[in-house]
Amino acid sequence: MAKILFIEDEPGLQKTVGEILRQERFEILEALDGDTGVEIAKKEKPDLVLLDLILPKKDGFEVLKELKENPETKDIKVIVLTNLESSGDVEKALELGATNYLVKANYELEEVVQKVKDLLK
Amino acid sequence: MTLLKKIISELNFWEDCSKYGISIWQCPKFLFVVMGGVTISAMTATHLIAIKFAEENLTVISVVGVTVIIFTIGNIIVNSFDKIATANRMKTEFVSIVSHQLRTPLSSLKWSLNLFMSGRIGKLEGKQLEHAEIMKDSNDRMIKLVNDLLNVTRIEQGRVLLKKEKTDLSALVKELVEEVRSFSEANNVSLNFENSLQNSTVYIDKQYISMVLSNLVDNAIRYIKAQGKVVISLKKKDQFFRIEVRDNGVGIPKDEQRNIFHKFFRSRNAMRHRTEGSGLGLYIAKSFIELHGGKIGFKSKEWEGTTFWFELPLK
Repeated sequence: MAKILFIEDEPGLQKTVGEILRQERFEILEALDGDTGVEIAKKEKPDLVLLDLILPKKDGFEVLKELKENPETKDIKVIVLTNLESSGDVEKALELGATNYLVKANYELEEVVQKVKDLLK
Repeated sequence: MTLLKKIISELNFWEDCSKYGISIWQCPKFLFVVMGGVTISAMTATHLIAIKFAEENLTVISVVGVTVIIFTIGNIIVNSFDKIATANRMKTEFVSIVSHQLRTPLSSLKWSLNLFMSGRIGKLEGKQLEHAEIMKDSNDRMIKLVNDLLNVTRIEQGRVLLKKEKTDLSALVKELVEEVRSFSEANNVSLNFENSLQNSTVYIDKQYISMVLSNLVDNAIRYIKAQGKVVISLKKKDQFFRIEVRDNGVGIPKDEQRNIFHKFFRSRNAMRHRTEGSGLGLYIAKSFIELHGGKIGFKSKEWEGTTFWFELPLK
C-alpha cells in the first residue's frame, strides 16, 4: 500500500482528502504544520508528499527545500496543493523540485486523485 | 507629444502611473514637475514684466506673490491627484487580498461537495442530489468570480506574466470546441469551426488565449434565444491571425457598444437574457489580447447577432 504524507494546516481538508485517498487504498499520514511535515517525512519515507504552501511554523517552500536537500528524502515526489497562484510562486516551487503544482480552487477532487495515481504508477 | 512621452519614460517617471492605467495628466509625479515648470516660468515672466514697469521693491513683491500663489495651487492639485492614485492602488490590493482569502474556504467547500456528491460517503438520491447540485453550482460561480477578480487585479497591477510557447491555434480551437460541445448541445446551439489555414503555429500564452476564446464562445452560446448557431473561424489578415466568433444571438444595442469592454459592464439584452455574470470577462479578454500585441473588437446588430473577433501577431 503506497504511503502518502499530506502536509496541510486545515483539518477539514485533511478529512476530505484523507477520506477519498483512503478509499482509494492509500495509507495517509497527516501533518498540520511544516515542522511536523519534515519530521514525518524523514521518519516514514512516504512515496508521495502532498504539500500546502501556507503552513504554520515552516512554510511549504522551506519544507520543500529541506526535503530536497536531504539525501534521505530528496527522491520523494512532491505535489504542491495550494491556492497561491502568482507565476513567481509556481516557478519557485518547480525550481525547488516539486513535481506538480496544483491550484486547489481549479481542480475537482477526483482530478487530484487521478494526478496522485498517475504519479504513483 | 510622443517624443516628450519617450523622454519621460526614459526617466522612469510615471512607471507606477502607467502600470495602474492612470493617464500622464493625472499622474502626481508628472504634475509635480509640470507645476515646477509653470512656477519657474511665472516667476521669470513676472520678473521681466515687473522690472519694465515698476520699481525694484514692487518687482520683488510681485514675483514672490505670484510664486507663492502658483506654488500653493500647484501643491493642492498634485496632492489631490496623489490621493486618488493611492486610493486606486489600495482598492486593487484590497480586492486581491480578499479574493485570495476567499479562495481557501471556497476550495474546501468544493472538495467537500465533490466527496459528498460522489456517493463515496453514502448514496445521494433524488432531491438530495438535486440540492447538492444547487450547492455545487453556487460554489462554482463564487470560485469563478474570485478567479476573475484576481485576474483583474493582476492586470491592474501590471503583474500578468505571459508564458509564451509554440501553439497550434487550430488545435487550440478544436480542443475548446470539444470541451464545450455538450454545453452547446444542451442549449440547442450548433457549434462549428471553419479553418482556412494549413499552418497556424503561433507563439502565445496558451492558458490566457484559451481563456479569451472560452469567454467569447461561452458568451456566444449563452446569449442566444432559440435555434442558435455559433461559428468560429480562423484565417490570416495582413500580419495577424484572426479568429472570429459569430453568433445569431441577442446582439448588443448600439448605445451600449462603447462600454462593452469596461469592467462590470453588462449589456441590457444580456442581463434580460441571463442575470448572472460578472461583466469582467471581456475586460480581461481585451487586456490579455493587447498584452500579446493583438487587437480585439466586435460587430453587432441588436436581435440579429454578434461577431467578436481578435487578432494575434504572426510573429
